[in-house]
Amino acid sequence: MKLKQLEGYLGEVAAFKNPKVQLEQYPTTAHLAARVLYTAESTFGDIDGKAVVDLGCGCGMLSIAAAMMGACSVVGIDVDSDALEIAQENIEEFEVEEVVELMQASLCHEAASTGSLELDNQLVTPMKGKFDTAILNPPFGTKPGNKGIDVLFLQAACSMATGAVYSLHKTSTREYLVKKAEAWGFECDVLAELKFDVPMMYKFHKKKAVDIEVDLLRLQPKRKQV
Amino acid sequence: MRLITHNMLKCHVKNCDNPDKQFPLRFKGAELEQVEAERNDEFLVRMIPRLDWRALLVTTKELGIELPENIPEEPENDDAFLQALHTAILETHVKEGSMVCNGCSHEYKITKGIPNMLLAEHEI
Repeated sequence: MKLKQLEGYLGEVAAFKNPKVQLEQYPTTAHLAARVLYTAESTFGDIDGKAVVDLGCGCGMLSIAAAMMGACSVVGIDVDSDALEIAQENIEEFEVEEVVELMQASLCHEAASTGSLELDNQLVTPMKGKFDTAILNPPFGTKPGNKGIDVLFLQAACSMATGAVYSLHKTSTREYLVKKAEAWGFECDVLAELKFDVPMMYKFHKKKAVDIEVDLLRLQPKRKQV
Repeated sequence: MRLITHNMLKCHVKNCDNPDKQFPLRFKGAELEQVEAERNDEFLVRMIPRLDWRALLVTTKELGIELPENIPEEPENDDAFLQALHTAILETHVKEGSMVCNGCSHEYKITKGIPNMLLAEHEI
């Protein structure tokens, strides 16, 4: 499928009806999803015939794009029932039920001792290495109580996928994430620099939306040195 | 939810840690739907080592789905095996019902094919 074709189809994917600010819900655009998945397959061969996981799938944009680029199996995971309801409708609309399934789960919880966020290892560890590729547009961790959630999502993705991880993160966190990736045994490349128009959604906020600089990262496990 | 995914779900309630009991999750009132999917043998063969075969056998028996006891020496050359595997893990969808932990009895509901793995405050 050509890029323009994919973007055209994805334009029909329904978005959140009432986005929840606390969950940092905003739709991944068809433009972005098409480019991420098209690149992942045409440049790197990471999608066709592969098992893909979409962490924080929201309304399913990335999952559907993955199915359209030939993934054999896609699992989209999200915490929010409302988003998953829309994702399910999208899956039926696009007739990709044979490839894409959804799961409602929270990847993180508050650590009992510190009160900061940590991965739910009992949930995530059994999924280790079950997928070839992970794709995600995770929450950035800008809302109260969510600090560090972007790193945790990326960490979970690196654990679940045996191959590549495609993820979107604030450019301001790039250096930190490259170091983290290194510590996890991964190479981290910046595939593209983007600008996200994120709606602020606070009633009394002056600006309606804010431009955030975002990196599209591709992580892959380092080859073992002989 | 397909069985390929059920095969990676363990009970994650706080303090539930008996490996024999918390996995696989036992289906209760499962409503199944067979959805035909294109078969990709390379994909199937690559997935085999990632499956917990013992658990898959327990689950397929529970649901009345055919699955050979043993993985053949050369699965890539065994059409009957690959077809059975394909049907079991990729074409069998659980639409409604719940998954029960044999250890702590927690029930994870499945609604419209979506399993709910969320826990209450005290279970985290």
